[in-house]
Amino acid sequence: MSDDLILRVVSKFLIPVIVLFGLYVQFHGEYGPGGGFQAGVILGSAVILYLLVFGADAAHAVVPTRWLRWQAAAGVLLYAGTGVATVLLGGNFLDYDVLANSPVAGQHLGIILIELGVMLTVSSTIALLAMLFAESPEEP
Amino acid sequence: MIEELIDVLLLVALLLVALQVIGSRGLLAAIMTFGAFSLVCAGLFITLDAVDVAFTEAAVGAGVATLLMLAALRRCGGEPEESPRVHWGGLVTVLVLGGLLVWGIRDLPPVGLADNPAHEHVAPRYLEQSGTEIGIPNVVTSVLASYRGFDTLGEVVVIFTAGLGVWLLLSGRRPEEEE
Repeated sequence: MSDDLILRVVSKFLIPVIVLFGLYVQFHGEYGPGGGFQAGVILGSAVILYLLVFGADAAHAVVPTRWLRWQAAAGVLLYAGTGVATVLLGGNFLDYDVLANSPVAGQHLGIILIELGVMLTVSSTIALLAMLFAESPEEP
Repeated sequence: MIEELIDVLLLVALLLVALQVIGSRGLLAAIMTFGAFSLVCAGLFITLDAVDVAFTEAAVGAGVATLLMLAALRRCGGEPEESPRVHWGGLVTVLVLGGLLVWGIRDLPPVGLADNPAHEHVAPRYLEQSGTEIGIPNVVTSVLASYRGFDTLGEVVVIFTAGLGVWLLLSGRRPEEEE
């Protein structure tokens, strides 16, 4: 979409940093601000920046919308599936205590799983929305 | 002292940007200014120590929402009629409702007091017990992911459904070109 050399070069440097920061926010959410939602938004922003600078066709090649749709559904399934797993293991829905040997370990595992689900759904939905809107509306 | 100064600066900036959004001619300028409004909001959330919310506001409000509105503008095209008229009925309604809200502020408890109602319900239990029950230093994550896990599941489903709806609306009209 953009022919600006500076924009392209700076984006090439920035996008990996943005993705890395998104992953940091995801995995550091236990200690600092952040979590699945914020990480998902940041990862989605990286895709949007790529889309804006390199155009819709290049972005479709990197992250196909078919893949994004599956990812969005997989996130919800992972989250709800964690809840179903706790029920099958004898606890309440989304009561992570039963997931591991000790309640605290179970809570840690459960939170990591559901935050991963949130991140998958949020990042793919945001990227999907941007991709759908970016498609050229001129040739219906 | 310095905190009050920052608060006043941010609130004045918020007001100025809001007036600019209302006064801007053309939707493009309004959308871009609205992004700036979200960014100032994110700064205010940081002064309120709500860094998680500030993250989200900066990324979604200033970034993604602005882009989506720009894309919608490009897709739908066109600007509204040249000079929008003042709708007196709407103006009076908004002024009365806004006045009522400002009046209602007088009955709110002061910001940040430890014995405010909001801090006496479940918050003490979260603060005291989450360290041993969940074992995570960030209480916000404990509340969102574990104590209120069901709410967060609902939010994720809402996001998924919104994305699904947009996908069905925007990609379903060219069935012969479906892969």
